[in-house]
Amino acid sequence: MKVKDVLVGILPIIVFVMIWEGIAQLNIFPTYIFPSFSAVIREFYRLAVGGVLLNNLLSSLFRVLVGFLLGSVAGITMGIGMGCKEVINKSLNPIFTLLYPIPALGWAPLLMIWVGINEMLPITLIFLCSFFPVLYNTITGIKGVDEDVIKAARTLGASDRKILTTVILPLAIPNIFTGLRLEAGMAWRVVIAAEMVAIPTGIGALMMRAESLLRVDIIIVCLMVLSVMCLLFERFFQYMEKKVTAGWR
Amino acid sequence: MPGVELKNIGNYVFSNLNMGVFDGELLVVLGPNGAGKTTLLNIIAGLIDYEGTVLFDGIPIDEIPTSERQIGYLFQNLALFSHLDVASNVGYSLRVNGEEKEEIIQKVNELLKLMKIEHLKQKYPKTLSGGEKQRVALARALASSPKILLLDEPFNSLDAGICRCLRREICQIQRRLGITTIFVTHNLADAREMGDRFVILKSGKIQQVVSKEMFFDDAGDAGNGYRVQDCLNCTIDCNCKRDERL
Repeated sequence: MKVKDVLVGILPIIVFVMIWEGIAQLNIFPTYIFPSFSAVIREFYRLAVGGVLLNNLLSSLFRVLVGFLLGSVAGITMGIGMGCKEVINKSLNPIFTLLYPIPALGWAPLLMIWVGINEMLPITLIFLCSFFPVLYNTITGIKGVDEDVIKAARTLGASDRKILTTVILPLAIPNIFTGLRLEAGMAWRVVIAAEMVAIPTGIGALMMRAESLLRVDIIIVCLMVLSVMCLLFERFFQYMEKKVTAGWR
Repeated sequence: MPGVELKNIGNYVFSNLNMGVFDGELLVVLGPNGAGKTTLLNIIAGLIDYEGTVLFDGIPIDEIPTSERQIGYLFQNLALFSHLDVASNVGYSLRVNGEEKEEIIQKVNELLKLMKIEHLKQKYPKTLSGGEKQRVALARALASSPKILLLDEPFNSLDAGICRCLRREICQIQRRLGITTIFVTHNLADAREMGDRFVILKSGKIQQVVSKEMFFDDAGDAGNGYRVQDCLNCTIDCNCKRDERL
């Protein structure tokens, strides 16, 4: 059954690749506009062996990890504060409600002036893109905990801090993970965009260089790497969520 | 001496409410929806604001926070911790109060045995039946050896058979532990089987305090011309089945 499921999942990809390769072999389009799948794989191998791909990937990965980590930690911390204390929620919510709808990349021109065109630019953009969804998912998770469950913990002798760590946060975890999972993919999209417009290293920058040289094969390699990284990040948080909430959800 | 006393209690439901529960007795508070039954329990537990004084064994506890009042509270919806298995639910109060691990395991095992749910130890609440959840919630409420046990319509969602069985078991456990218990219900069958004494509450006011003998009196006459039957009939809400009425 499992093998069958895997085959059903893989089959469309194989068909897609075969159609792609078939069309490319017909030479309808010039190879610099529409390279074959095999040419893309050859280029992938060349970039990987030469270390170009890994170097650029590591640059992007570093920015994503730092920005995402900082944004998530800040989002969760602030979310706990706003979810638990109504006074904090009431005072900060109006500001965040105004800032949240601004797309992360909308901050780019302002941040270019404020933080400069350096490593901090993509990191700050990813921070902003991760912060708000994680914040709101954390607040939703905390506010969603049944009031009676909190009262029950209180009658059983738990202090406010114990209630937070042993009841509220564990029960809010599914919501927090939803925020993390959604934004893990988004962080990659943002870093690529930031590297394309401002930073000379990273997968986004490699794509821009490839574009200027009309190297569609390299652009496709970068897109494939990006796709895999987004998928890996999302799957990682999906796996972690399942692991942490195994049994009780 | 009363185990629990309420003096001049006032809030959005009550005005100058006075009542007492004797040490070790099971007091049933009867009344229709909106009578203030749950509010009464929440006041004793310190979960809501109130005016007046609540005394445990003659000592005012108004300034003592809920977490230190040493009460066991069985909520209407049970409020089990869905992220913890049965053993962890039952041992929660012991863990947060810093008991030794071995002591917690021993106490939890004793309670699981007492409630006949040892086989459910590793299960999570979502996999339990209504009756099993009830037993887990009661075991959890008893784990910290509370002075007072508060039961808020705990049989509401159970079918009649399980309800009868649990009523008997809770009574037996309450008698064995000698724990002062306040049991809130609008179901006369629950009240009849469990209570030592009965308080009939309506719109935040005590209508009648009735002894077991008076409650079971065929004539339903409280001896002062006030018929318990009449009081109950006008107090208990119309959801209560006819055959459960006295």
